[in-house]
Amino acid sequence: MNTNRRKFLKVAGLSAFALTSGLAQVALPETANAQLAPGGYGNSPKSLHAKRWAMVIDTRLFKSADDYKPLIQACHHAHNVPDIPGNKNIQWLWVDTYDHVFPDDMNEHMSAKIKGTVFPLLCNHCTNPPCVRVCPTQATYKMADGIVAMDYHRCIGCRFCMAGCPYGARSFNFFDPRKFMAEPTNPRFPTRMIGVVEKCTFCAERLAQGLLPACVEASNGKILFGDLNDPNSSVRKALAENYSIRRKPNLGTQPGVYYLI
Amino acid sequence: MYNTRPVCIGIVILVIVLSAPFWVGIFGTNYTKTGITKPTQESCVEDTAFMRAQHMRLLNEWRDQALRNENRNYVAKNGKTWEISLQNTCMRCHTDYKGFCEKCHISNSVSPYCWTCHIIPTEGK
Repeated sequence: MNTNRRKFLKVAGLSAFALTSGLAQVALPETANAQLAPGGYGNSPKSLHAKRWAMVIDTRLFKSADDYKPLIQACHHAHNVPDIPGNKNIQWLWVDTYDHVFPDDMNEHMSAKIKGTVFPLLCNHCTNPPCVRVCPTQATYKMADGIVAMDYHRCIGCRFCMAGCPYGARSFNFFDPRKFMAEPTNPRFPTRMIGVVEKCTFCAERLAQGLLPACVEASNGKILFGDLNDPNSSVRKALAENYSIRRKPNLGTQPGVYYLI
Repeated sequence: MYNTRPVCIGIVILVIVLSAPFWVGIFGTNYTKTGITKPTQESCVEDTAFMRAQHMRLLNEWRDQALRNENRNYVAKNGKTWEISLQNTCMRCHTDYKGFCEKCHISNSVSPYCWTCHIIPTEGK
């Protein structure tokens, strides 16, 4: 009887150890994160990489709102952004006045030049993006290179991100966007559907092909785009040599879009 | 045993009735082919059996790899590299949406909503 109890306790003890120590885990196949495809994944040798993508807009080189029009057109053309009349339009890149763009600067007596100037607006690709924190489905997320990206497949249209974004950079598709375009302007890029939120993506799909963002390309050097972590990059040089401001810096979101004024 | 004959006949009939779906499946001609028009290219990204069974799961995996991990290239088992894109890679060979995608989806009673966003080649051109 005594030896039996002894044996039983030994086996029970070993079993408990095996079940709790992770030995059992080894025996089970890892199905949860297993890759389905028999091939492998990688990125194109052409693609551009950075530790932290950032944009520097030299607003001194833009004379009027008309100067931004080709940029907006290039962006909206490349991404099949519809033009919807009224206040339910979709905007990835747009312009507004100084007091709307930099509302913290509460100086009533600005220079006439600044007062009359319009500034371009887009998603700031924040280091601490509030939209990512509030998204309940991880449809919007921050990538390793600093780009705040969207996966429209996961977007449920709750618009928490629109409430969370302090820059109004996000637009909601109140309508089927295809109804507002004769046909998609760029057949190589998808459109969006009714009920999802969309915004500027820093042209992640163009960077993957080795191209700079559409607005940067259309600006003829007035907008710089590069790696903020690389001291020799064009953006770092521009920031070192010029006075720059960012939108609503007191919120601590650390925008990735800098304005030279 | 009483009533051997009727009981045996009953058992035989029962076995035939219960196994009928198998016989119909093996010898029947009721199964209609989807009648899809295949693209002219010889092979897809992976072999036909895998693509037929898993293409939607593969597309989901492609999406997550491309959008979240910035892995926009797929190296297939045979070593060929493909750009990860439904619109620009898959639809380049599978150009006949009505004859290929839709026919099979309809006959299998599935209605994926890929095309509310992704552009069908004939529509976008």
